Amino acid sequence: MDTLTYFLPQVWFGILALFLFLYVMLDGFDLGVGILSLTSSSEERRGILMTSLSNVWDANETWLVLMGGSLFGAFPLAYGTILSALYIPIFIMLFGIIFRAVAFEFREQSNRKFFWNTAFGAGSFVVATGQGLALGGVLAGIPVDSAGHFTGSTWGWLNLPSVLVTLTLIQGYVLIGSTYLVWKTEGELQQTHYRTAKLAAITTLTGAILITIATPIFYEYARTRLFQAPQVYIFAAIPVLGILLITLLLRSLNRKEERWPFILTILLFLLTFVGLALVVFPYIIPTKITIYQAAADPSALVFMLIFVGGLIPVMLFYNLYQYIVFRGKVTSGPYGGE
Amino acid sequence: MHFLSDTVVLSRMQFALTAIFHMIWPVLTTGLGIYLVLVEALWLKTRNPDYYYQARFWSKLYLLNFGIGVASGIPMEFQFGTNWAPFSEAVGNFFGSIIGFEASWSFMLEAAFLGIMVFGWERVNPTIHIVATILVAFGANLSTFWILTANSWMQTPAGGQFNDGIFVVNDYFQAIFNPFMAVSVAHMFLATLETSLFVIGGISAWYIINQRHPAFFSKAFKVALATAIAVAPLQIYVGHLSGEQVYHRQPTKMAAMEALWETQPAGAPADWSLVALPNTQAEKNDWEIKVPNALGLILEFKLNLSESVQGLKEYAPSDRPGMVGLIYYSFRTMIAIGFFLAGLMLLTTLQWLRGKLSPETIASQRWLLRGWIFSAPLGYIAVESGWIVRCVGRQPWVVYGQIRTADAVSNLPPGNVLTTLIGFATTYTVLFIGALYFGSRIIRRGPRLDLPIPGIEDKPAVNTEPGKFTPDERPVEAQQ
Ligand code: HDD
Ligand code: HEM
Ligand code: HEM
Repeated sequence: MDTLTYFLPQVWFGILALFLFLYVMLDGFDLGVGILSLTSSSEERRGILMTSLSNVWDANETWLVLMGGSLFGAFPLAYGTILSALYIPIFIMLFGIIFRAVAFEFREQSNRKFFWNTAFGAGSFVVATGQGLALGGVLAGIPVDSAGHFTGSTWGWLNLPSVLVTLTLIQGYVLIGSTYLVWKTEGELQQTHYRTAKLAAITTLTGAILITIATPIFYEYARTRLFQAPQVYIFAAIPVLGILLITLLLRSLNRKEERWPFILTILLFLLTFVGLALVVFPYIIPTKITIYQAAADPSALVFMLIFVGGLIPVMLFYNLYQYIVFRGKVTSGPYGGE
Repeated sequence: MHFLSDTVVLSRMQFALTAIFHMIWPVLTTGLGIYLVLVEALWLKTRNPDYYYQARFWSKLYLLNFGIGVASGIPMEFQFGTNWAPFSEAVGNFFGSIIGFEASWSFMLEAAFLGIMVFGWERVNPTIHIVATILVAFGANLSTFWILTANSWMQTPAGGQFNDGIFVVNDYFQAIFNPFMAVSVAHMFLATLETSLFVIGGISAWYIINQRHPAFFSKAFKVALATAIAVAPLQIYVGHLSGEQVYHRQPTKMAAMEALWETQPAGAPADWSLVALPNTQAEKNDWEIKVPNALGLILEFKLNLSESVQGLKEYAPSDRPGMVGLIYYSFRTMIAIGFFLAGLMLLTTLQWLRGKLSPETIASQRWLLRGWIFSAPLGYIAVESGWIVRCVGRQPWVVYGQIRTADAVSNLPPGNVLTTLIGFATTYTVLFIGALYFGSRIIRRGPRLDLPIPGIEDKPAVNTEPGKFTPDERPVEAQQ
C-alpha cells in the first residue's frame, strides 16, 4: 500500500505532464497561428491561416479538456485550489477559448470575415495571456491553509515574474506557430513565416534567459532546489541544451528547411517542460502541497489509470492518423465542409 | 439587491446560465449525429446521391452546433474547480474520474474524427468516412452517457461513503450504475434524438411549404418521421419511469414537482394537480385545479398509492427546494411538449398511411407542415425544462442528502463572480443571436446539389486505394 501511495501519484504527475505538454505543443501552434493572423496583411492570407487549422484545432484543444478532467480526478484538492485561486486568469483563458472556437464556425457563414478573423486572432492572444498568467501564478506559489484551501488574494498571481512568463509564452506560441506555417504553407506566405520564426526565436530566447535569471532571484524555493547536489547538474545542462537547440533552429531557418524548424521547436518546448517539471516536482502547488497530499484515493487512481491511462495509446494513434489524412501543404481552399 | 454580493447565489446563477446555454448545442450534436450516420449508410447502400447531399447539408448545421457546444462546454468543466472547489475536493474520487473518462473516451474521439467527417470526403474512402461519422456520433452519445452518470450520481450517490466529507469509492460498478443512471441516460438520449428529429422535420417542412427542393426534403422529412414513430411514445414511457424513480428516491423533488404541501398517505388514492399557484410563504397553493384520484394512476398505473407521497411541509424550509413554482411548471411544460410531439407524430403518420405524403401531395398538407415548423424549437424547451426540474428540484443539495449547495461554493469575492456572470450573459447573448442568424442563413441558402460525389469523379480521391472504387459500384446516375 505504501508504495502505491507514492507510486500512483507520481505516475499521474507524469501523465498530466504528458497531457499538458501535448496541449501546449499542439494547441500552441494553433494559438501561435492565431496571434500571427493579427499581423497578416490580407484577407486571403488570414483565410489560409485559418484553413490550416480548421480540421485540427478542436482535437488539439481537447488535450486541455483531458488535462482538466484528469487533474480533477487524480488531484481533486489541487483542482479546486488552483482553479479558484487563479479565478481571473482562468476566465480570461475561457473567454478567449470561446471566441476563438466560434470564430471558426461563424466566419465561414459570415460576409464580414474581417470581424471573425479578428475574433480568432484576438481570442488566441487572450487565451495565451490567460495561460501565461496562470502558469506564472502557479510558479509564484499559492497561499493555502493547513487543509490546502486557498487563502490568498484574487490578484495574487499578478507580479513581475508572471508577466515575464506570459510574454515569453506568447513568444513561444508565435515561434511554434511560425514553424508550423513554414511546414504547412508555401510561396510567399512561407517566406514571411521564416522571418517571423527567426524573430520569435530570438524574443523567446531573451524571455527564457530572463526567466532563468529571475526565478532563483524571486523564489527562494527554486533557489534551494536549483542549487542542490544532483539537480544542479541537470539544471546546468538545460540552458546549454537550450542554446544549442536555438542555434540549430536558426541555422535550419537560414537554410530554408521545412520540417526541422518545427521539430526543433518541439524539442525546445520539451526541454522547457522538463526544466519546469523538475522545479515543481514533487509539489503540485509549489512548496505548499505535494502530489501525495493532493492525490485522490489510490483506488481512484488505479481506476483512472486503467480507463484513462490505458486509452492514451489509442488516442495518440487516432490523432496521428488524423494528421496523416490531412498531410500536405495548405493552399487557399474552402473551409466550411464543402 | 443584496444577492449581488452573495457568492453562493452568484455562482449558482452562473452555473445555471452556462449549463442552460451549453445544453442547447449537444442536443443536435448527439441526435443529429445519429441521423447523419443513418443517411450516410442509406447513401452507401442505395447510392442515391440525394442521401449524400443530405449528409453534406445537415453536417453544415452540425458543425456550427459543434463549435458552440465545445466553446460553451469547456467553461462548464473548469467551473467545477473555479466556483465549486469544495465540491470538487469532496467528490473528485468519483465525479472527477468520470469527467476524465468523458474527456478521454468521448471528447477526444469526437474531436479527432470530426475533421475527417466534415473535411475528409475527398481524402478518405467512403468506408473510412462512414466509420468516422459513426465514431463522431458514438463519441457524442458516449459523452451523454458519462455526464449523465456523473449527474445521476449527484442525485443518488452510491458505491461508497463520505469519510470526513470526502467521498471514497468502495465499488465503482455500483457508483456508475447508481439508481438513477439507467433511466436518466435513456431519457436524455431519447430527448436529444427526439428534439433533433423534430428540428430536421421542421426545417424540411419549411422547405416543402416554400416549394424549395420539395422532393429532396420530403426524403429527410420521412426519415425523421419514421424514426419519431419509435422515439416519441417511448420518451413518454421513459419520462414516466423518471418520475417513478424520483417518487421512490427524492421525496422533496417529488413534492415540488407536484406542488404537494401535505403528505398523501399510502394505501389510498390521491388527487393530481393540473394547474396551481404555489405559495412558498403560506406553504399552500393559492389556487389549484385537481384531477381526482389521478396521482396513483400516473405514478404506478394503480389507484392506491403503494408508498406515501410526502408533502413539502414534512421538511423544514431549509431542507427543501425553494422555487416550487418553477419546478412545478417546468415539469408540466416538459410533459405537455412530450404529448404534443407524440400527437403530431401520430397525426402525420395517419396522413402518411393514407398516402397523403407522397412528393406530389405533401405540400398540400399545409397545417400539418406548419405544425412541424412550430415544433422545431419545442424539444429544446422540454430539454431545458427537464434539467430545471432535475437540478433546481435537487436543491438545497448539490449531492442529494449529502452536500449542501451552500457548502460547495468556492470562497471567492462576489465581484469576481459578478464580473464573469455578466461576461457570460453578454457573450452568450451574442453567440445565441449569431447562431440563429448564421443557422438560418445556412437554411436559407439550402443544400448544394452540385458537389462532386466522392468515388465517382474522374480523378481518384487523394489518399484512397483505387481498388476500392470499382466501376460497378458507381451509381447509375454517374454513368450517364
Ligand atoms: C447531452 C449530453 C450532455 C450534457 C448534459 C452535457 N454535455 Fe457537455 N458536451 C456534450 C454533451 C453533453 C457533447 C455532445 O459531447 C459536446 C457538445 C459539442 C461537443 O463537442 O461535445 C459537449 C461538449 C463539452 C465540452 C467540450 C468538449 C470538447 O472539447 O470537445 C466540455 C468540457 C463539456 N461538454 C462539459 C460538460 C459539463 C461539465 C456538463 C455538465 C454540467 C455538460 N458538458 C453537460
Ligand atoms: C449533466 C451534467 C450536469 C451536472 C454535473 C450538473 C451539476 C450542477 C451543479 C454542480 C450545480 C451547482 C450547484 C447547485 O446549484 O446545486 C448545478 C446547478 C444547476 N444546473 Fe446542473 N448540472 C448538469 C447539467 C445541467 C444542465 C444541462 C442544465 C440545464 C439545461 C442544468 C441546470 C442547472 C440549473 C438551473 C442549476 C441551478 C440550480 C439552483 O441553484 O437552483 N444542469 N448543476
Ligand atoms: C411526456 C412525458 C415526460 C415525462 C413524464 C417526463 C418526466 C421527467 C422527469 C420526472 C424528469 C426529472 C428526472 C429527475 O429529476 O431525476 C425529467 C427530466 C428530463 N426530461 Fe423529461 N419527461 C417527459 C418528456 C420529456 C421530453 C419530450 C423531453 C425532451 C425532448 C424531456 C427531456 C428531459 C430532460 C433533458 C431531463 C433531464 C435529464 C434527465 O433526467 O434525463 N422530457 N423528465
